[in-house]
Amino acid sequence: MNSTKLAAGKSKSEQRLNVVDGSEAPPVRVRNLYKVYDEVMAVAGISFELKPRSITALLGGNGAGKTTTIAMLMGLVIPTSGDVRVLGADMARDRHKVLHRMNFESPYADVPHRLTVRQNLEVFGRLYGLIDLAGRIGEVAGELQLGEFLERPYGKLSAGQKTRVSLAKALINDPELLLLDEPTASLDPDTADWVRTQLRRYCDVRGATIVLASHNMAEVERLADRVIMLEKGRIVADETPAELIARFGRDTLEEVFLDIARGSQAEEARAPEDTDERA
Amino acid sequence: MSELDPNDARAHGSGRSARIADPASLNAAARRVLGMVLRYWYVIRSSWPRTAELIYWPLVQMLMWGFLQSYLAERSGFAANAAGLFIGGVLLWDILVRSQLGFAVAFLEEVWSRNLGHLMMSPLRPNELVISLILVSLLKLGVAMVPVALLAYLFFGFNLLSLGLAFAAFFANLVIMSWSLGLVSTGAVIRWGMGAESFAWLVVFALMPLCCVYYPVSTLPGWMHPLAYALPPTYVFEGLRALVLHQTFEAGLMARALALNVVYFVLALGVFHHFLRSARINGSLVQMGE
Repeated sequence: MNSTKLAAGKSKSEQRLNVVDGSEAPPVRVRNLYKVYDEVMAVAGISFELKPRSITALLGGNGAGKTTTIAMLMGLVIPTSGDVRVLGADMARDRHKVLHRMNFESPYADVPHRLTVRQNLEVFGRLYGLIDLAGRIGEVAGELQLGEFLERPYGKLSAGQKTRVSLAKALINDPELLLLDEPTASLDPDTADWVRTQLRRYCDVRGATIVLASHNMAEVERLADRVIMLEKGRIVADETPAELIARFGRDTLEEVFLDIARGSQAEEARAPEDTDERA
Repeated sequence: MSELDPNDARAHGSGRSARIADPASLNAAARRVLGMVLRYWYVIRSSWPRTAELIYWPLVQMLMWGFLQSYLAERSGFAANAAGLFIGGVLLWDILVRSQLGFAVAFLEEVWSRNLGHLMMSPLRPNELVISLILVSLLKLGVAMVPVALLAYLFFGFNLLSLGLAFAAFFANLVIMSWSLGLVSTGAVIRWGMGAESFAWLVVFALMPLCCVYYPVSTLPGWMHPLAYALPPTYVFEGLRALVLHQTFEAGLMARALALNVVYFVLALGVFHHFLRSARINGSLVQMGE
């Protein structure tokens, strides 16, 4: 959209990339998004917008399209058709305009094992263009309690410590948009709880927008302000966890998830057109 | 304040604590490249077996060809007059090999450590990744070849630097060719995943017979000459022979090699970008991280 370009004569705050026609564009806006791999439809025409300062969970079984959707939000995958805008930038073409304002964490991506925690944070801090690198590393290390193992190689840390380091890497640039894929996978309940607390705090204190893909329904119930449920690349539900539980007449989000995954709920309860409209 | 990103909420007092340079600035680009070079330097520094591994093969090759040359020199007038031909050839060949592997293996380390997704998601731009890999290949080349060149002098009295300006021309043509090979091989890994890893390791050795490292191009069958002369390293090894056997520096050969190198490097950069885009279309960047 031409209107997202920086315009001469506007005030500095209006010149921010995600200011469109005088009002702030949503942190994430997805319109009619499709992704086809060979002949497999991974994402089939989804649309949604995310509000600032919110946590949204992307749910769905294996092959539902969560990873592909997140990859398109990051610009790692180019859509077959449709539009993905993050912080006002078209992620298929202009991702480098906003990549320094976002970050991600996934158990499927590691940081180099031989480097110490400090060296890893230093490298990523430089990649994200941090000006006061030492100061920011100290700040993140303090917030995430990394001080005692800052000088240890990442590969020699426990799973819980590694998760804290991955989170520190994801927060090193103080991102406005944080994408998380299974943020508490393989963690013990105590560490997982600690991570959830940190994420909620980051969203509230920093005013960040968080998107997370998770299979942990208790986690989603606790963290998410909104749930977008995917099935075969389509959005089949899009509402708050409480609304979703109430609509399906269940006690927990896990039961709702199983209903949808097994296709046992009444067709009218799904109302995909309604949810798409709401998005 | 001017180096802060004007698009960033942090630059406008939103309460965020990290200050970030304008990602489009030269300053930020330099920070990113330095970050990547540091990343590889920390790996080299953290592991002496890795450093030893960098030196191991060039040292073995140099010793083997050096002793062979000493043996032949005692029995053949030609070999006695051509002192430095084999050992010079092997040292220059290793510059090509180590530089290409330095480039490709640095990239492969990102795949092995499952860090590629983080890099591709970071503000690091593809050309900055290429510059980083080039700098790292030079760094690794220095670690590998400086001790080996010194030992060649100590063991066999062969001083690579005594080639003077010719050495600079040989070196430049070999490393530029190594970067072109590195770009194509890493591009193939980006596009096809680890199935293409062996290509990154082996591609340079496929050129060895055609580059005529230890024998003149005239040794090859006639139909192979155009193939040999399509490769810049061939001109380097012909140039080495001219220098050692006739004490003449063939500037024309180096100029032709450089012209070919410029063409190949531009093509290889195009191929690398093409494969990267292709990987973003078919999703292989995401699959590689899992």
